[in-house]
Amino acid sequence: MSAEVTLTIDGQQVKAVAGEKLLFVALNNGIYIPHLCAIAEEERPSACCRLCFVEIEGLSRPVTACTQKVRDKMTVRTRTPKVDRLVKTGFELLLSDHRLQCRTCPKNGACQLQMVARERGLKLKTGRFKPLAKDIPVDHSPETFSFDAGRCVLCGQCVHADQNIARVGAINFINRGLKRKIGTFNNRCLRDSPCTECGLCVKACPVGALTFKT
Amino acid sequence: MSAAPVQEYYQKLQEEARTKSAAQKHLPRVRVGVATCSIAAGAIRVKEAFEDEIKAMGLEAPVIDTGCMGHCYAEPQAIIDKPGHPPICYGKLDEDLARRLVKDFLVDDDPCFEFAMAALEPNDFFPTFEDYPRGVYEKKMILGQCGFINPEDIGDYIAQGGYAALAKALEQEPEDIIREIKNSRLRGRGGAGFAAGLKWERCRAAESDIKYVICNGDEGDPGAFMDRSILESNPHLVIEGMAICAYAVGAAQGYFYIRAEYPKAIERVRLALKQAREKGLLGQSVLGSEFTFDIEIFAGSGAFVCGEGTALVNSMEGNMGIPETRPPRMADSGYRGKPTVLNNVKTFAYVPAIVRNGSAWFKSTGTPESPGTAVFTLVGKINNAGLVEVPMGTTLRTLIYGVGDGIPHDKEFKAVQIGGPSGGCLPEAMLDVPIDFDSLKEAGAIMGSGGLVVLDEDDCMVSIARYFLEFTQQESCGKCTFCRLGTKHLLDILDAITRGEGTPESLDTLMELAEDVRDGSLCNLGGTAPNPVLTTLRYFRDEYEAHIREKRCPARVCSDLILYYILPDKCSKLCSACVGSCPTEAIYTREDGIKAITQEKCVKCDNCLKACPPEYLAVIKLSPPVLPEQQEGVKN
Repeated sequence: MSAEVTLTIDGQQVKAVAGEKLLFVALNNGIYIPHLCAIAEEERPSACCRLCFVEIEGLSRPVTACTQKVRDKMTVRTRTPKVDRLVKTGFELLLSDHRLQCRTCPKNGACQLQMVARERGLKLKTGRFKPLAKDIPVDHSPETFSFDAGRCVLCGQCVHADQNIARVGAINFINRGLKRKIGTFNNRCLRDSPCTECGLCVKACPVGALTFKT
Repeated sequence: MSAAPVQEYYQKLQEEARTKSAAQKHLPRVRVGVATCSIAAGAIRVKEAFEDEIKAMGLEAPVIDTGCMGHCYAEPQAIIDKPGHPPICYGKLDEDLARRLVKDFLVDDDPCFEFAMAALEPNDFFPTFEDYPRGVYEKKMILGQCGFINPEDIGDYIAQGGYAALAKALEQEPEDIIREIKNSRLRGRGGAGFAAGLKWERCRAAESDIKYVICNGDEGDPGAFMDRSILESNPHLVIEGMAICAYAVGAAQGYFYIRAEYPKAIERVRLALKQAREKGLLGQSVLGSEFTFDIEIFAGSGAFVCGEGTALVNSMEGNMGIPETRPPRMADSGYRGKPTVLNNVKTFAYVPAIVRNGSAWFKSTGTPESPGTAVFTLVGKINNAGLVEVPMGTTLRTLIYGVGDGIPHDKEFKAVQIGGPSGGCLPEAMLDVPIDFDSLKEAGAIMGSGGLVVLDEDDCMVSIARYFLEFTQQESCGKCTFCRLGTKHLLDILDAITRGEGTPESLDTLMELAEDVRDGSLCNLGGTAPNPVLTTLRYFRDEYEAHIREKRCPARVCSDLILYYILPDKCSKLCSACVGSCPTEAIYTREDGIKAITQEKCVKCDNCLKACPPEYLAVIKLSPPVLPEQQEGVKN
């Protein structure tokens, strides 16, 4: 399964190994596709952020690039009216549930949401949707970092870092539906959890939810 | 494997069962429908009344539990089978009636036709179910025995030919069974309608020593109870179907995924599995063959999303019941990463009959693309609510007016909601759409698992859309952006519209967002959640417009857009029924004796409207909520 394939992304010929995920093939070739939750090492993508939509010739609807394995002669377009519409809506939905105070956010300038906005010409505003009130206190309990659930986009990068790289198991997704969030066992503060403050989760966070204290 | 021993084994089982059943033939028997719905309607008390009275009269007449016949409007029901009479079904029973039937029929030989619903065999005295319109349109492929056989006695099922299909299957090559199922074009009855044969074939072809068969009994649509009814009324039918599937794909272990809210179904399936093991129909060497297969029950905790295959498997593995991306397909890598066939209860229920009678028999009913029958729970504003089974291709009109006997109280039909929270609402103009997987999808609804709710002129379509969306929003697992947040915003917009706070722009946002949630969600829960919104917008846009532009709810349902008013010229000075019915003392008597409502105190509970006697009908609802006096003022 290591056959080399050639595909076309936005008119650009790209070489890749068959079976690689389209999202990372595009990113490795300098073609930006919005994404938050994708993890290159994970065989089965989470595909939960719903931002990496692309259109592939032969498929009737936009699909997520993180779930598509590249095939030879695949023709991909990252910007079509359908794709742009879904990305815009997905982005606005995420922002509607995000504490939008970029100026005071420690991640200002390095935030992946800002990156999406910049690349796709989207506004950092909730737009059509009214903000869903969030009144969650920030967990300042660790010595080296803070966790602001109000800025969390539930991408799962921190959980991956904690469980699969650091192998600590301090955090995971808890609750269902709108109440889904990143939490600790028994919902304790991070200092009272098995967290070792290795900082891997903080480095993995694409937004301003997990940030180092300065 | 040698074929003869299997048949021999089976013949012996069947003879045993038939001898046992024949030994009771000379006795009068009372079969009381005892399924969840009948119990709620009082079946246990009726059954005890039968037993007590039979004992008091010194009769020998077994009282037997059966499942549900599907005539929900007439629960509790019982069938009395007395030698010399055709078996007769009685409906709407209570304890007194049960005692009377024992005295009058079992003792005195008067069948009390005045309480009978139908006879079960053609006779010269009383019509059978087939003689009623419903009987003419219905065709029972999987519900045939439900309500008639004893689900707690495997002998009853075997005596009527049960497990013969499994015996037949074990004499064939697995590939032949798969070919037969493929030829039958049996489509999954869980909702999406994927070809069952293809799933089986793929699973058979997958390389693995261990494979699994799972029966999806995680039925969770509001108003749907087909799967529960089948599991409670005829569990062996499903077990037989699963065993055949397991033999065909090469699985040795099966699971029933049944939600914990179905305790009766779990109890009966557990008993059925035990009896099947005792008879050698499950376990090592099924029916004396080399085939080994057993089934365990997994009680799901009742998350709607666990009906989704990947979420179901996650929850069985001990993880959160949350969907995953596909591929891999279940048939390649399902439960514990092994090839797995996951089919709905009803899908498995068709299998024994197809194996017994062949694919041609199955295809002779229904439409070419959707052969067989469709099982629906027909509920809502319908005279004869019930569990019905009609050939695919039957029109909605036939189903509602023929089988269901139309709408009560001469109300006007407005819409029919098909497929539960994932389905859609179809208007009068769509009533001649044939019921099959593809036609319904084209119309914007889905077959779903088979819930069918009839709505009349008193139902507000915006509220209906809101109701179903509230359900899916609460059942969203929260994993993906579109479903977690999209459904919430859809619900908020619908909420605002029902409160009269909608704007013309909110209608555009609603439409756009509904389409995006449909196209952008990870799994089918989110992918189908907007269907009630999309179909009501497509077919009942005028109702949305009325809410937004005129602040008027055409069906007078949305409480923020109505007020209660007593018509002075209809109100009688001699009556004060409404006054007593009001919980907030909002109704007062004017100086002239006529009643009136203090609007500030009114909580719109509807009590006064119900209390006002039919000879006056003086209480009405007004929408938009403007009093006639105020309307005058506006005009001037």
